[in-house]
Amino acid sequence: MTTEAEVLVKVENLSKKFCKDLKTSLWYGIKDLASGVTGNKNERQLRPKEFWAVKDINFELRRGECLGLIGHNGAGKSTLLKILNGLINPDAGKVTIKGKVGALIELGAGFNPILSGRENIYNNGAVLGFAKKEIDSKLQEIIDFAELEEFIDMPVQHYSSGMKVRLGFAVAAQMEPDVLIIDEVLAVGDLGFVLKCFKTIDTILPKTAIVFVSHNMPMVSRICNQIILMDRGVSKFQGADVAGAIDKYYTRFASNESNVIFSDGTISLESVNLVDAKVTEKNIPQVNWGGTFSLHCKFKLNKEIETPIFHISIFDKEQRPVAILESNTKEENIKVKRDSIEFVITHKEVQLSKGVYSINISVSKKDTKEPLLRMNGVLNFQLIHGEETWPPFLLKSTYKNIEA
Amino acid sequence: MELKTKVYQKENNLHIGRLLKESLQDMFSSRFLARQLAVRDIRAQYRQSYLGIIWAFITPLTTAFVWIFLNNSGTVQLSDTGIPYPVYAFSGTLLWSIITEAINSPISSTNSAKSILSKINFPKEALLVSGIYKLLFNSSIKIGLLIVFVFFYGIGFHWTLLLFPLTIVGAILFGTTIGLFITPIGMLYKDISKVISFGLKFVMYVTPVVYAIPKDGIMKTVMEWNPLTPMILTARDLAVGTTPHYITYYLIILACCIPLFFLGLVFYRISIPVIVERLSS
Repeated sequence: MTTEAEVLVKVENLSKKFCKDLKTSLWYGIKDLASGVTGNKNERQLRPKEFWAVKDINFELRRGECLGLIGHNGAGKSTLLKILNGLINPDAGKVTIKGKVGALIELGAGFNPILSGRENIYNNGAVLGFAKKEIDSKLQEIIDFAELEEFIDMPVQHYSSGMKVRLGFAVAAQMEPDVLIIDEVLAVGDLGFVLKCFKTIDTILPKTAIVFVSHNMPMVSRICNQIILMDRGVSKFQGADVAGAIDKYYTRFASNESNVIFSDGTISLESVNLVDAKVTEKNIPQVNWGGTFSLHCKFKLNKEIETPIFHISIFDKEQRPVAILESNTKEENIKVKRDSIEFVITHKEVQLSKGVYSINISVSKKDTKEPLLRMNGVLNFQLIHGEETWPPFLLKSTYKNIEA
Repeated sequence: MELKTKVYQKENNLHIGRLLKESLQDMFSSRFLARQLAVRDIRAQYRQSYLGIIWAFITPLTTAFVWIFLNNSGTVQLSDTGIPYPVYAFSGTLLWSIITEAINSPISSTNSAKSILSKINFPKEALLVSGIYKLLFNSSIKIGLLIVFVFFYGIGFHWTLLLFPLTIVGAILFGTTIGLFITPIGMLYKDISKVISFGLKFVMYVTPVVYAIPKDGIMKTVMEWNPLTPMILTARDLAVGTTPHYITYYLIILACCIPLFFLGLVFYRISIPVIVERLSS
């Protein structure tokens, strides 16, 4: 490749406002109709009860690139997609799109529940802009892709939601768009089908510019090479650093509150902290990759018991468990002194990848394994490494050259 | 190959000519979609019912029966209509139902497509065309029924009967034009469609649907000015072969409808994004 691929989507200072109140919104609708007819060219200001749903968004997308849009609910992602898709007009700024636009915003839109799957393929295909001949020639392919041969003449109202999505995607997958807009549609459907969808997306990606909205960060990190993190309509972070943006997205949900999931009152946590750790301005202790992780825990005993078993596990920001530290089997190390237990647990050469993690602790009786205490999120810590990686572990490795 | 470039921005550069051209182009390019939508709706409508097609004309038939009964039993005294009263009443209510259906057609087509409007970008004109297809389908059944009546009551064939389907097309054009202007506002406020269906019930009584225009009085003036009068009368006159007295007024109305229809298309095209914005969930 000598020349850069052409820019297919260009968004400049895009803004869109919405109204919080239905009655007012409808009234503004009437006003907009009137001003639309006369050709409104004034700069638009917020009217009472309005807010910016999307504000000053800029990006360029070339063929073969995939832009991920992430942000919490109501951040303006779907609004942005609707503008890109030409469903609603922006209030300021400009969108320039080249080529055929395909949108997977809702699969199977236009399905009529009473009609059969086969009839609905034609309906849905027509809505997506196919001609009759095209659908005729692709019909078998669509049915095969959806794996619905057996049920294709059954009314769609008896399909499961997963089956509807399969049929919808199978039709939509026949589009050969230059720009593809995907909004959280692959959430339904079983794993096999989701994988199939991704395979399809992978095959069309080189020829297409994709805008992808999802709350599923592994998916985002898998297919996107550019990212915009949106919050209240504005872009909080933008660039090629996908993992960094995902980190930022998760920190928005970071809570420093620990919560007790279960306790029978025998034992309670008094303090927990990382030994010799630098603390950031946000009060999150930091550990270097490859460094030593030592956790100082202090528990208070309300009843006299034998030394219990401690399970200390590490969760990532998505609340996926990533690791568990070995339990205390050699009891001579930890002793109950009067009404408290205090110990330091150490793990050398931490190989977790960069990111923020949280610690869960569960304590159970030694002999019966009966639970005594379970606490989530007792401590958050950040792992420092120069490189962004998505998988939870960055394992220390050495390479040895084999001479031929 | 040069890619088609689309630009979305706030300024509605208002060129009626260009908008109309785009609108007509979209209408042409989406003809398959329009047909598909119409076929979908008609099929779905009748698949879940035993009486099926009968529902298309049962309302005008019952209205006509009520009036025939009222007239024959002497409950109400109606002036002479010049043709057998059952034919007069049937033709009136059938034509009336075609016109009211046409007025409601754009708004009901758009309303039923609400869920796809906010998700997929497709030529919205297809909705209007599919509405017209459905009207033509329903009307053709009604026309057939009316022709049966014409022969059954011994009025027989007149060459003007051949022009009758054309007046139906005129009625559909007239109704759809009105509907086009109502749709954008009616999509925003539910009141509009309520007012329309409510108001039309009254308008029916100042239109010669089930009785003729009286010889004098205020009712005569109102009925003669009512633009629906020539639509109904001309169609009926052509069907039964009497002289169409209101043909001039009829042609004037149709001549006004054609530019208004195109203007309505432009208005519809401009208003769709505003509607989608206010309705989208």
